Amino acid sequence: MNGGILIAALVSATTGATPLVLAAVGETVSERSGVLNLGVEGMMLAGAVGAFATTAVTGSDLLGIFVGGAAGAALAALFALVTLTLAANQVASGLAVTIFGTGLSSLLGAGFVGRRAIPLAHVHIPLLSDLPILGPLLLRYDPLVYFSVAITAFVAWALAHTRAGLILRAVGENDDSAHALGHNVIRVRYLAVLFGGAMSGLAGAYLSLAATPMWVEGLTAGRGWIALALVVFGAWRPWRVFAGAYLFGGISVLQLFLQGAGFVLVPTQVLAMIPYLATILVLVVISSGGARRRLQAPGSLGNPFRAAR
Amino acid sequence: MKRRTMLGGALALGARPAWGASPLKVAFVYTGPVADMGYTFEHDLARRAMQTHFVDAVQSHYVENVAEGPDCERVLRQLASGGDDLIFATSFGFMNSVMRVARQFPDVKFEQATGYKTAANVSEFNLRFYEGRIVCGTLAGMLSKTGIAGYVAAYPIPEVIMGINAFTLAARKVNPKFQVKIIYLNSWIDPPREADAARSLLDQGADILSDHMDSSAVMQTAEARGVLAFGQSSDRSKVGPKAQLTSIVDNWAPYYIKRVQAALDGTWKTSSVWLGMKDGAIVLSPWGPGVTPAARAAGDRMKAGIIDGSVQIFAGPINDQSGTLRIPAGQVMTDDQVLKMDWLVEGT
Repeated sequence: MNGGILIAALVSATTGATPLVLAAVGETVSERSGVLNLGVEGMMLAGAVGAFATTAVTGSDLLGIFVGGAAGAALAALFALVTLTLAANQVASGLAVTIFGTGLSSLLGAGFVGRRAIPLAHVHIPLLSDLPILGPLLLRYDPLVYFSVAITAFVAWALAHTRAGLILRAVGENDDSAHALGHNVIRVRYLAVLFGGAMSGLAGAYLSLAATPMWVEGLTAGRGWIALALVVFGAWRPWRVFAGAYLFGGISVLQLFLQGAGFVLVPTQVLAMIPYLATILVLVVISSGGARRRLQAPGSLGNPFRAAR
Repeated sequence: MKRRTMLGGALALGARPAWGASPLKVAFVYTGPVADMGYTFEHDLARRAMQTHFVDAVQSHYVENVAEGPDCERVLRQLASGGDDLIFATSFGFMNSVMRVARQFPDVKFEQATGYKTAANVSEFNLRFYEGRIVCGTLAGMLSKTGIAGYVAAYPIPEVIMGINAFTLAARKVNPKFQVKIIYLNSWIDPPREADAARSLLDQGADILSDHMDSSAVMQTAEARGVLAFGQSSDRSKVGPKAQLTSIVDNWAPYYIKRVQAALDGTWKTSSVWLGMKDGAIVLSPWGPGVTPAARAAGDRMKAGIIDGSVQIFAGPINDQSGTLRIPAGQVMTDDQVLKMDWLVEGT
């Protein structure tokens, strides 16, 4: 691999990792508040179709990104209503959100299949973006890539160093205690779930506006599930989740480059299997109590909360 | 025994009267969404063409996004017991389900695409997708400056491999040093990864792209990077007005019309066909702006040669990837050999 190809591979890894970072960091916030939302895939699809349709109709990608986030948040609001206000089972409701989002996005997107959209403009800083190695590697992405880094930093900081972050963690660790201390558990969780939904929507918008400016049914191709696995993989820590997304993005891009160069170290089917295998492994591990404690999973994760209990 | 006869009699009574007072009911089972702008889209386009052709004599409907496996069997059984007379199942993965359900409904006719099993009431039909690849390979050999094409493919199965081989063999007839770099994604549709794969191939020296995927992400990447590309399943010139040289378009309509006509006439018999350009089932979309006059002439010559049978792409000598002679000179691969092809030719 020469230098040019290496840079191209790293740039590809970044575009592969960005949607995962957005969705996984959003889900991290939701899970830290104690809500397991398995609807990431559905919210991503809603965001993708919302963003693409808006941009195709209005021509404004900024508006598209906004609508993408709003569409993800809207599905999340539905999920929150069912699981938080009505205290339904989170796992079942999350799966329902994914199925609903998949169907809804196909329905709304039917008229937009095959339409062309202008790809999201990339940042270009005069002089700096033209630097030989640094330029293409760091300074020529679209704005959402930079946003994904900034939001990870913000979430990491907010969770660790702000009062709001402390309350959110308290609600996720032990909802009854947080309630006894006078915190509004349901309100905190609503906000966390909405934030997670908006981030999933943005992840979808990234796919339909930046990665491949198009809409087809099932555009996300399982990335929502990978994002969910990354949250666990990163042990509910924003920067670890971020690193996991880049690790995964890097491996999957590396595999493409190796195949193109004619190196086949392991059969391609095995490589395609790895993320899902890792997901199963991680889920098995966190299902056992001891590992769950060691990984410091939020104590009330998945528990429905009723104030009058 | 008696009860069975009675049941048979009841079924016969329930069957459609021969004089056509009620329309023939035809169902289609699709593996993808009709809006995929590719494989399933073309099937549904053909269904609509067939419906328009027969107007009121036929009543057709479809079920989309049917998963291969038990779900497909359930759908097929529901259609068969719901009064459909002729059922088209359009994916290879539906084959075993069709065979099982067909045994339980001997009075319903089944048509199975791209499989290889038949029965008294199950026909099999397929297209010679690879014929289009021959023309594409010829153009790639003439138009590529680096002599390297990038090929984004779904799965390493015979249907995909025969296309890659036909493309490579044709390109190497023009430029004996031509190389084809292949990336398998192990999925029929994943646009972001298709684009990633296309970009990585371009970064590794390819200057012309071909794909065997269901979305148009590869064409879109080619357009964005200013290189040439071939489409498949559907015309993709909307996505790549400058990039698309031509697209291999599936045209299932003539077959559907012929088979439905046979069912209407009562002459439907089980059959197994593999249709190509000669039958109008594989069509190439109009040449794109990137096709030079010389390439256009060569492409037209190839098309004519494929139609009159003078072009035999799988004629020996053919070496495999490692350089071992697989098909000796003077020998042409049989259809059966082509359908089971699981090795790549030299130059990939």
